[in-house]
Amino acid sequence: MIIKSLDPRVDRAQIDEKKEFEGLNDLDHWQTFEVFHQEKRGEQHQHVGIVHAPNAEMALLFGKEQYARRGATVNLWVVKTSDVFCSEYEDSDMFDTTPEKFHRDPGSYKVMDKINKFKERISKEK
Amino acid sequence: MNIEQKQLDALKNLLYKMADDQLILGHRNSEWTGFGPVLEEDIAFSSMAQDKIGQAYQLYSILNELGESEPDTVAFTRNAQQFHCCEYVTMPIGEYDFSLVRHFFFDNAELLRIDSLINTTFDPLSLLARKFKGELKYHVLHANTWIKQLANGNAESKKRIQDTINASFGLALGIFEPSDDENSLIDTGFFIGEKALQSKWLAIITPFLNSCDLSLPNIDDTKPVYGGRKGNFSQYLQPMLTEMTEVYAIDPSAEW
Repeated sequence: MIIKSLDPRVDRAQIDEKKEFEGLNDLDHWQTFEVFHQEKRGEQHQHVGIVHAPNAEMALLFGKEQYARRGATVNLWVVKTSDVFCSEYEDSDMFDTTPEKFHRDPGSYKVMDKINKFKERISKEK
Repeated sequence: MNIEQKQLDALKNLLYKMADDQLILGHRNSEWTGFGPVLEEDIAFSSMAQDKIGQAYQLYSILNELGESEPDTVAFTRNAQQFHCCEYVTMPIGEYDFSLVRHFFFDNAELLRIDSLINTTFDPLSLLARKFKGELKYHVLHANTWIKQLANGNAESKKRIQDTINASFGLALGIFEPSDDENSLIDTGFFIGEKALQSKWLAIITPFLNSCDLSLPNIDDTKPVYGGRKGNFSQYLQPMLTEMTEVYAIDPSAEW
């Protein structure tokens, strides 16, 4: 039986209702590329997602429409996923104490007093 | 700006040709939505189809300012004989090679057309041309990258692209069907003319295809498929229009 649809394109495709999914072969999937976009020149590129592509050129082509068709973009990078060298999740205890290290947060530097004093002095001098 | 009636008519004709090309090809290409060869390509091709319909809308809006009907009326209520697109864009999408080669031939032509219109002396069109250029640059990059990819794929992909180029070249030449009233546009600096455009197009795509180890058929042995610009279409446009306007036709006065 050919699938009947309200969508004329589905009818035209003459899809057999009984046809079973035959599974994927090795070359049915391309490798993946990580996509990074930059909103404004000078800003850091941000990772926005992944595309399947046979090579970097095609990855850039797809990345543009997947991740840069909404919102501002001035530049795109694509990097082969297999070229990304990364840490292991089992080593994530390396990062465990980071949230406790307040002394590394800019917020923990007591500078506001100095800034306010400076502002006061400037306004008095005026 | 004071434009003589004769020039105004010629200008409107040019705008209709461009807008109708974009609308019809945009609709045709949107028929791939959900059916593309891979997800990423499905999204990219659909997104470009939307760009084309958006460009058509903006061109119809200029026509509206020049005294023609509202964009929706123009897009959805004319029958095939009233369209000014080329025959090529009306053809069914076929298999992906046909749609890709059409995308390649058409968008390379359209980018050159738009590029030449940046310098038109008709200001509203010059402004739009600047706006469209970036979109079309991507469309051409997309088309060229795919053609190169398939030409360097395997023997089958290369043969299919070359065969489709051979079979479509006459249709593609129909993009540049000259209009009788074109000279008045050329004289006033509105437009460089179809003949000049076709030469520029051949000068761009010939070396590109050769660099992919593909070739164009001999132009002297190829009959351009003309007629569309004058409303003479083969059997494909009217059924497509009927399908495209099916919902609109249920209640043309509905607010969306």
